[in-house]
Amino acid sequence: MMAAKSYKARKRYWTLLIVGVSIAPLLLMSGVILYEFRHSDREKVTAHLEELVGKHKQAIDSFLNVKLGEIRVLARTFDYDELSDESFLRERLSVMQQEESPVMVDLGVVNAEGTQVAYAGPFRLARVDYSDADWFQQAMHQEYFISDVFRGLRGLPHFIVAVRSLRGEQPWILRATIDFAAFNKLVEDIRIGRTGSAFILNREGSIQTEARNDLDLENGPYMDLLRDEESRGDEIYFLEGTDPSGIRNIYAAAYLKKVDWLLVYQQHAAEAFSSFRNALNLALVILSVACLASVVAAFLLARKMVSCLAESDEQKQIMNQQIVETGKLAAIGELAAGIAHEINNPVATMVEEAGWMEDLLEDEEFQDTKQLEEFQRSLKQIRSQGGRCKQITHKLLSFARKTDARIQEVNLYDLIDEMVALSAQRAKYSNVEIVTTLQRGLPTLHASVSEMQQIFLNLINNAIDAMEKKGGKIHISIKTETRSLVIRVADTGPGIPEANLERVFDPFFTTKPVGKGTGLGLSICYGIIAKMGGKIDVRSAIDVGTTFRIELPLPEQETVARTPIEARMLEEA
Amino acid sequence: MARANVLLVDDEAPFVEALTRRLSKRELDITAAHDGTQALEKLEKSRMFEVVILDVKMPGMDGIETLRQIKTAHPLIEVIMLTGHATVESAIEGMKLGAFDYLMKPCDIDELVAKVEQAAARKQAQEEKITLARIKEIAARRD
Repeated sequence: MMAAKSYKARKRYWTLLIVGVSIAPLLLMSGVILYEFRHSDREKVTAHLEELVGKHKQAIDSFLNVKLGEIRVLARTFDYDELSDESFLRERLSVMQQEESPVMVDLGVVNAEGTQVAYAGPFRLARVDYSDADWFQQAMHQEYFISDVFRGLRGLPHFIVAVRSLRGEQPWILRATIDFAAFNKLVEDIRIGRTGSAFILNREGSIQTEARNDLDLENGPYMDLLRDEESRGDEIYFLEGTDPSGIRNIYAAAYLKKVDWLLVYQQHAAEAFSSFRNALNLALVILSVACLASVVAAFLLARKMVSCLAESDEQKQIMNQQIVETGKLAAIGELAAGIAHEINNPVATMVEEAGWMEDLLEDEEFQDTKQLEEFQRSLKQIRSQGGRCKQITHKLLSFARKTDARIQEVNLYDLIDEMVALSAQRAKYSNVEIVTTLQRGLPTLHASVSEMQQIFLNLINNAIDAMEKKGGKIHISIKTETRSLVIRVADTGPGIPEANLERVFDPFFTTKPVGKGTGLGLSICYGIIAKMGGKIDVRSAIDVGTTFRIELPLPEQETVARTPIEARMLEEA
Repeated sequence: MARANVLLVDDEAPFVEALTRRLSKRELDITAAHDGTQALEKLEKSRMFEVVILDVKMPGMDGIETLRQIKTAHPLIEVIMLTGHATVESAIEGMKLGAFDYLMKPCDIDELVAKVEQAAARKQAQEEKITLARIKEIAARRD
C-alpha cells in the first residue's frame, strides 16, 4: 500500500518528537543541576583545601619562626667569645634539645672568613671552611637566613637557620641545623584520601621535603605555581592540571612567610571531586534509564497512534467506498427512472394496440380465418411481454422515484404488524410462517414510513420467494443495541451461494427466473439504509437459511413517542 | 346508447388513439383530450361527460392539478386516475381529492371498462339522489 510509507515516516516523526520533548528537558535539567552541584562542590572542596593549606602554612611558618627565634635569642644573649667556646656551645645545644623536641641537630659559630670556629653536634665539623658555601654568602648579607635543603659536607639532606651578629665591625654567624625528619613530619601530616599529599618547593622548583616517589617535578605544572616575588600574596593559589602520566590533579599552594618556599598540596582531581563524580555517575544511570524508558514509551506510543490512524483511515476508506457505492446506486437509479418512464408510454401503447387487434379478431369476419388461434396466441404473448416490461419499469421507477421521504416518527410495532399482514396472504400460499420477536419498549424511529415499508416488503418478499417450494419460517426480530437499532430478517430457505453473496446488493442482480425479478429490491433497501446512515449485511448458509441484518443509528437521546403538540413544538423549535 | 360518456385525457397520442378504439368497441362514448387545459375546456362545453380517465403524468398541468380543478368545477363527474407508476402517495393524494379509483398503465382493458361502469353508475346514483332531494324540496315548498 502506498500509505504504508507515510505511516512509517509518521511513526518515525512521532517517535522522535516524543523522545525529543521528553528527553530534552530532562537533559537540560540534569545538566543545570549537575553544573550547579559541580560548582558548589568545587567551592566546598576549594574552601576545605584553602583552610588546610592555610593552617599548615601557619604551622610551618610558626615552626620556622620559633626555631629562628631561639637562635636569635642565643646570639643576642651570648657574645661571640662565649659561644666560640665549644663546651659552652654543647651545653646550650643540650639545653635547647631538652627544652624543645630534639629538632635542632647541631649548633655552630662561623666567623666572617667562613670558618666554623666552634661546633656542637654529632658530626666532626669543627674548623670547617664555609666561605664558598651558598648559604654562607647569603647569610652574610642578611640579618637572618634559612637555607634550602642541601646535602652539604655531612652528605645528608638538611637545612640551616643562621643569624648574623656583629662583634665590633666584624660580622659572625650562629647557625643551627634543623632535623630534617622532624620538619618533614609537619608536611607529611597533610594527607587526604589516597592521593592527597603535600610537599615544599623552593623558588627553583626543587623539592624541600620527602615526597612521594611518583612526583615528577620536571614535567608537572609546578613552575606555574612559582610566581614572581612581586606578585606573591598571602593568599592560596589554585591550579588544575594534567601531569605527564595523564592524571588530572588539583594543586593548592601558598608561600611561606619566613622563607622563599612554596607549600604545595596536590591531589587527583577525580578523588578531590569524588562526591561530584558519584553524583554524576548516579545521575547518568538515572538519566540513561529515563531516556531508555522514554524511548521505549515513545516508540510504543507512536506505534499505537499510527495503528489507530491506520485503522481510522481504513474505516474512512471503507466509508468512502460506501458513499461512492451509494452514489453510484443513486445515479443508476436516476438513469433507470428516466429510461423506464420513456419506455413505459410506448409499451402501454403497444399493449393497447395488441389489445385492439385482439378485439378486432373477435369480429365475425375473422372467425373462420385459418390462423385465428395463432394470431390470438401471438397477440396474447405481445400483451404478456408488455406486462413484463411494465413490471420492470414500475420497479425501476419505484427504485428511483422521489418517495414520500418525509421523516416521521415511525412506530415499529405498527409497521411490522402492517407488513406481516400485507404479506400474510402470499406467505400462506407458499406455506411460510412469519414469526416476529420485537423487544419491548422499542423507541420510535426517525424515518420515512414508505421507505421503511419498502425495506420490509422487499426482505419479506425475497424470503417468501426463496422458500416458495418447500415452505419455511421467516423470523423478524428487532432490538436495540447501544446507539443503534438492530433488525434481523431470517429465513430457513436454501441460502445464497457464496459466489452470489457479495453481489446481492448490486442493482439488476437476480437469481430469480427470467421475468420474475428485476434485481432491484435489495439495492433499493441498500440505498435507503445507507441514506439513513445505517448498514445492511447478509449472512447465509446453504440449506440452513439467510439472515439480513440491518443496523440503524439511533439518536443519542432515546426518542420517546411524543404527542402531536410536542412534536410540532419541537419542529418549530 | 353508450354505456357511459367518457373523457380520456393523456398526452400520449398513440396511446389515446388505441385506447379510444378499444373502449369505443366496448360501447363507451369516448372523447379525447391531450392535456389538462383541453380537458377542462371540453368539460365546460359539454355536460354529457360522466367519467374522466386522467393520466397523472402530463406535461404542463399535471394530473393531480387537473383533477383538483375538475372536482371544483364539476363535483359530480367521476375521475379514474391512470399512473405510469403506482406511487402510493400520488394515489392517496388523488383519492383525497375525490378520484374514484386509480389504475396502473398499461392496464387491463376489461378492468378499465368495469371501473368506468362503476364510476358511471355512481355518478348516476349521486345525480338521482340530488334530483330526489330537489323534488322533495319542491314538494316541501308547496306545503
